[in-house]
Amino acid sequence: MSAAKKLNLTLKVWRQKNGNAKGSLETYPLKDISPDSSFLEMLDILNSELINKGDSPVSFDHDCREGICGSCSLYINGEPHGPSRLVTTCQLHMRSFEDGETIYIEPFRAKAFPVIKDLMVDRSAFDRIQHAGGYISVNTSGNTQDANAIPIEKEDADEAFYSAACIGCGACVAACKNASASLFVAAKVSQYALLPQGKIEAKDRVLNMVKQAEKEGFGPCSNTGACEVECPKGISIENIARMNREFLSASISK
Amino acid sequence: MSESKGLLKSHIVKKYWMAFTGLFLMLFLTGHLAGNLQLFLTGYEGQLQFNEYAVFMTTNPAVKLLSYVTYISILFHAIDGIVISMANRKARPDGYAYSKPGKNSPWSSRNMGILGTIILVYIVVHMQNFWYEYKFGKTEFMMSEDGLSPLLQDGTIAEGATVTSTGNVMLAGENIGVAMKDLYTIVMEGFANPILVVFYVLAMIAMGFHLIHGFQSAFQSIGLRNKKYSPAIIKIGYAFAVIVPLLFAIIPVYLFIMAA
Ligand code: HEM
Ligand code: SF4
Ligand code: FES
Repeated sequence: MSAAKKLNLTLKVWRQKNGNAKGSLETYPLKDISPDSSFLEMLDILNSELINKGDSPVSFDHDCREGICGSCSLYINGEPHGPSRLVTTCQLHMRSFEDGETIYIEPFRAKAFPVIKDLMVDRSAFDRIQHAGGYISVNTSGNTQDANAIPIEKEDADEAFYSAACIGCGACVAACKNASASLFVAAKVSQYALLPQGKIEAKDRVLNMVKQAEKEGFGPCSNTGACEVECPKGISIENIARMNREFLSASISK
Repeated sequence: MSESKGLLKSHIVKKYWMAFTGLFLMLFLTGHLAGNLQLFLTGYEGQLQFNEYAVFMTTNPAVKLLSYVTYISILFHAIDGIVISMANRKARPDGYAYSKPGKNSPWSSRNMGILGTIILVYIVVHMQNFWYEYKFGKTEFMMSEDGLSPLLQDGTIAEGATVTSTGNVMLAGENIGVAMKDLYTIVMEGFANPILVVFYVLAMIAMGFHLIHGFQSAFQSIGLRNKKYSPAIIKIGYAFAVIVPLLFAIIPVYLFIMAA
C-alpha cells in the first residue's frame, strides 16, 4: 500500500475558557496529517503541538472512540459529527477532507447544552430526561425472570432494537434549527413502548420525559428531518411520530 | 397527574393544533380554488355564475359556519405559529459561526415562520381587495345583458326596476328585494393592475413552499408516519403544494392578460 498524500489544513476552532467567558474562533494551521488518522487523532496532534508551545490544549469530549458511547460531539464544517453519514466524530477519518481545506470546529449549540470549555458541552440534560422515565420498574430481589421468557413479535423486537441504538450523543439537538431533543426522547420512549415490559409504564414515561425535555429548554419539533439525516445511528423520525401518538393518548387518558 | 396536560401547554400539543388547523386550511383552499376556477368562464354567463356563487357563499348558513371555522383556524394557526417560532429561537440563543443546514433539511422546512408571515400579509390584503369591497365597499350592481335592468340576488332580472345606494331593488316605489352585487367586475378590475397580479403570484409561491413542507409535516405531527403510508403522503403533498397554488396563481395572470 502506498502512503496516501498527507494533508495540510487550516483549523478554525472555537475556544472558550469557561461557561461564562466569551468565546471566539481561533485559527490553527496544521501540517502533515495522515488521511488515515481519525478526526480526534488529528485534534490530539493539534493538542500536543499546543502543549509543546506552552498553550492550553483544546478541550473536547471523547471516550470509546469506536462509535458506541456517545461521548464525542463537535459541529464540523457546519454539521454535527462532520460531513459523513452514520458516523460519530470518533469514527470520522481525515480522508473525508481535502488537502488545503479549512475546517470549522464548533461545540454543539443549544440552550440546554451549555459550553463547559472550548468544544465541551454539558449534556447532562439528557441524563435528567432519561431519569424522568427512561427505565422500567422491575423487582431485582433475586428471582428475576429471564427476559426471553416473554414472547415478542420479531418486528417489534427489531424496531425496539433500532430505537435502542441511540447513543445519546446529542447530534440531533445540534442539527435541529430549534435545538429540539425530539429524536432522542422519541428513541428512548420507543425502545420501551414497543416491548411488553415497557408498556406498563408507557403513559407516565412519555408524559414525564417530554415534560423534562421542555423544562431543560429544548425546542419544539418542526419536522425538518435534519436530526434523522445527521444521527450517527440512523434513528428514524418515525420514532417522533410514535412519541407524538403516545403523548396524545397519554395526555387524554392520564 | 401530568402537568404537561392542558390545551396548549406542551410543544407537542401546540403542534397537534398547528397540524389540525393546517389540514383544515388545506381543505378550505381546495374549496376556495374550486370556486375561483369559475373566473375562467367569460362573458355574461360567466359573470352571472360567479356573482350567483358569491351570493351563495355570503348567505348560505352552512357556508357561514364554515367561514367562521376558517377565520378561527387562520387566527389560531398564525398565533400558534408565532408562539412556536419564538420557542424555536429561544432554544438556541448562541448560533453557529459556520453552519450548513441545507445538507440535512429542505429550505422550506426551516422557513415556515417567514413563509407563514407572507401568507398572513397576503390574506389581509386579499380580504381588503375583495371581501371588504364586496361587503362594505362601493360595489356596482350586476345588470342584465342589455345593461338596463338590475338583477335580484336569486338571479332574476327585475325589468324596469332601479337600485338604491343601499342595494334595495325598487319597482314602482316598492322594495322587491336585494340587488346582486357585481363581484365579478371588481375582480376583473382588480387584476388589471399588474402590481396586484405580481403580489398574488408571489404570495402563491410562498404558499407553495409552505405546503411543500406543511402537508407531510402535519401528518408527522399527528403521529401518522410509517413505511406503509408515508411515501404516498409525501407524494400527494408535493402534488398538492404545486398544483393548488399554481392554479390559484394562474387566475390573476390569465385575467390580466385577458384585460390587456
Ligand atoms: C391558508 C393558509 C395556510 C395553510 C393551508 C397552512 C398550512 C400549514 C400546515 C399544513 C402546516 C404543518 C403543520 C405541522 O407542522 O404540523 C403549517 C405549519 C406552519 N404554519 Fe401554516 N398554513 C397557512 C397559513 C399560515 C399563516 C398565516 C401563518 C402565520 C404565521 C403560518 C405559520 C406556520 C408556521 C410557523 C408553521 C410551522 C410551525 C413549526 O415550526 O412547526 N401558516 N402550516
Ligand atoms: S437520536 Fe441519534 S443523534 Fe440523537 S442522541 Fe440518539 S444517536 Fe445521537
Ligand atoms: S467517543 Fe464514543 S462514540 Fe465517539
